Amino acid sequence: MTVTITQVPTAAAPATRVAPSAVPRRLPAPPTKRIGRNVLHSEWTKLRTVRSTYWTLVGAAAAMVGFAAILCAVYVAQFDTLTVRDKATFNPVSFSLFGVGFAQLAIGVLGVLTISNEYASGMIRTTLAATPQRLVVLAAKAAVFVVVTFAVATAAAIAAFFAGQAILNSKNLGVSVSSPGALRGVIGTGLYLAVLGLLSLGLGTIIRKTAGAIAALFGILLVLPVVVGLLPSSMSDAQKYLPSNAGQALVFGGAHGTASELTPWGRVRRLLPIRSSQTRPRRRDPRPP
Amino acid sequence: MDGQWRVHSAEQPHHSLVESTQIMIEAQRLSKRYGSTLAVDDLSFEVREGQVTGFLGPNGAGKSTTLRMILGLDSPSGGQVTIGGRAYGSIRHPLFEVGALLDAKAIHEGRSAYNHLLCLAQSNGIGRRRVEEVLDIVGLTSVAHKRAGTFSLGMGQRLGIGGALLGDPAVLIFDEPVNGLDPDGIVWVRNLLRSLADEGRTVFVSSHLMAEMALTADHVIVIGRGKLLAESSIDDLINSSTHNFVRIRSPQLGELAALVTANGGTTTVEPDGSLAAFAISAQMIGDLAAANRIALHELAPQEASLEDIYMGLTHDSVQYRSGATVDATPTPKAA
Repeated sequence: MTVTITQVPTAAAPATRVAPSAVPRRLPAPPTKRIGRNVLHSEWTKLRTVRSTYWTLVGAAAAMVGFAAILCAVYVAQFDTLTVRDKATFNPVSFSLFGVGFAQLAIGVLGVLTISNEYASGMIRTTLAATPQRLVVLAAKAAVFVVVTFAVATAAAIAAFFAGQAILNSKNLGVSVSSPGALRGVIGTGLYLAVLGLLSLGLGTIIRKTAGAIAALFGILLVLPVVVGLLPSSMSDAQKYLPSNAGQALVFGGAHGTASELTPWGRVRRLLPIRSSQTRPRRRDPRPP
Repeated sequence: MDGQWRVHSAEQPHHSLVESTQIMIEAQRLSKRYGSTLAVDDLSFEVREGQVTGFLGPNGAGKSTTLRMILGLDSPSGGQVTIGGRAYGSIRHPLFEVGALLDAKAIHEGRSAYNHLLCLAQSNGIGRRRVEEVLDIVGLTSVAHKRAGTFSLGMGQRLGIGGALLGDPAVLIFDEPVNGLDPDGIVWVRNLLRSLADEGRTVFVSSHLMAEMALTADHVIVIGRGKLLAESSIDDLINSSTHNFVRIRSPQLGELAALVTANGGTTTVEPDGSLAAFAISAQMIGDLAAANRIALHELAPQEASLEDIYMGLTHDSVQYRSGATVDATPTPKAA
């Protein structure tokens, strides 16, 4: 734009060379304000052109539907031998959405990989050289990822819910989607997995290494609840701040008991560590440490 | 594609500097510190349009760090660097102004060449047609849909160069573009750099191989241990070199050596028995020999190769590190 090639007096050039006159500029740069849209477009292409996206999303969906089918089938098969008490506490929605605990691992891995892959390969330097506005890149990456994850996770939750209810209906145990907690569980699953994916993306952005970020994520999801469970009761409030517990409460409702003080939105918000990852890439040089 | 990207046949003569050309990349007192290591140390230089400027230095001299700072990827610890008068970070769609190849392997292995260039292009609003054109320019059309992880280093270099050409920019920055290329590929890169510069573009290319730059560059910037060692046109670098000498063969070498020394030159005896005289012209030696009735069997001015000069410069920078005080800058600036 400000490259003033055309102002060069070409007479100064020796006769032996092509005069350094105007560099042919056949490609006009797009308007500045389209940068967000362009980067979104680019990040969408990045996400859809690597296999790990498909594997992890298919894995998450398979876990959702698969566990719904297996759990509901087992419950139906054992139904006649269950006590009255067992039958009284049975929650058909929870049974059909049980796979969320496994789907979260797949979605988390995808969230980490979405950014850590760029650091691992060095692609991040190419990306940031093409778009020096780092927050725009991070925001576009997060936006594309959240939309895709929410769509896939919600679709998988709907499929899991109906598959589970269909199996339970053989004993007339199924509920409709309009029953209490059902819609919230289904949408909550999509919301939880999308936000958990965002947490993973944040971890990947801060840690940069795939292995390290996945280890941290699994630690938060699988190990931290155990550790917090060992805390004295005066400190058990900490439980409701755990992403996994917040997610369970969101998906399964207060029945699982730990986070009843948090509103559903509060539960989502607890999961957002992305705030710190917003400021970090602005300053750190994107070279591998 | 019209003829714009046509590769010129064979080497073209090197061009002397054009004084009125625009400065496109300007580094001012640039430095970068990693912990206790000063990777780039108070480095100032200019890169002008319409020529190929070589950026030379041994491995670890700070070339890549400097290039990353030019592209806004690393933030300088001190000083600044501008492209077309602006900081890189303030450019909105930089691919239209600056194209860069930093690392040929910095590509997601699972993505195809086409998709790699596509996501890069889209970030700057460039369409699919240009992606296909660029694949054609760099000769990767036939493998466009293969995963980049299966590419050789040379194909990776071509893909990286393709990425730099996407926006048809006026400034091109290449970090070691011939690394891993076969002889055909090296000639291709050399001609590409030449033709890009002849179109008036600014071409800034790093290398640790002087011989390669001697064939490609009009101008060189030599650094060692993060410091500027030389900034000069190739021609001036050769002319100013202290490595130029005159080879003398004579039955009366001892006598002649004394005369040379007495007239301000220095001499060394070469392994083949000839005498190398420095800092004195062949004409003067001839006159001295004639005046003193000394028979000359050979009197041959030897121009230092760029390789020699480069070795001398970078060797000095190693000595500098060990504490010896060496003024390693022959000519600060030609132009």
